[in-house]
Amino acid sequence: MRLEYFDMIDKVESFDPASKRIVTRSTVPAQSPVFEGHFPGHPLVPGVLLTETMAQASGYLLLGLNGLTQMPFLMMVDKARFRTFVEPNAVLDVSAELVHEGSGYAATKAKIAIAGKPICDAELRFRLMPFPADMRTLMQSRIAAIGLSPEAA
Amino acid sequence: MSATFETVAGIISETCDIPREKITPQSHAIEDLGIDSLAFLDIAFAIDKAFGIKLPLEQWTQEVNEGKAPAEQYFVLENLCKRIDDLVAAKAA
Repeated sequence: MRLEYFDMIDKVESFDPASKRIVTRSTVPAQSPVFEGHFPGHPLVPGVLLTETMAQASGYLLLGLNGLTQMPFLMMVDKARFRTFVEPNAVLDVSAELVHEGSGYAATKAKIAIAGKPICDAELRFRLMPFPADMRTLMQSRIAAIGLSPEAA
Repeated sequence: MSATFETVAGIISETCDIPREKITPQSHAIEDLGIDSLAFLDIAFAIDKAFGIKLPLEQWTQEVNEGKAPAEQYFVLENLCKRIDDLVAAKAA
């Protein structure tokens, strides 16, 4: 994870198009400018960045399922729950599943666990739109870096 | 049609915080009720779930944008409800 670059997912552990589910893993860095303010002397990953982490796992799931034909943009966060603190060096298991595929949008459920212990979860919704200029290339690079193989190109 | 409209009106009222009495079959979702595209996706999600269908929003939007269909055809509520009934019937067939 590179928190300050919103680079939240390290690698894909599994991607199952049949069950429309993805499991990813991320390791919280030991140090980050984020921790200088949140909080001095008591570093904790902000809930908003945990939400972003769940959104990115969901986003990669959707990209994997649609073969990078549309870009998912987060448009709604429902029922977000943050059950315990996340500290530096924590290894996060971030999973997401598709719960509804609409026309031009999709809904997922995502969660984060550490060693099997639930950390946070949320229901997320995404607008699916044509890729803005150059973003498809960027996302192709990202999914290759984290080891995701899309359904179809 | 009436039951469909009641369900849709309830969804719109709850989703967009619009008083139920302001929502009529003749209401235009965008022009009369002020529902924006993001809120309409929220409504579509609730309609999809309530009726077990998939509103073809991308197709409708494309048809309207290309001038192949008037927006009223899809976004006046009585017309929207007719489309929903058609989709439900097609799914059951």
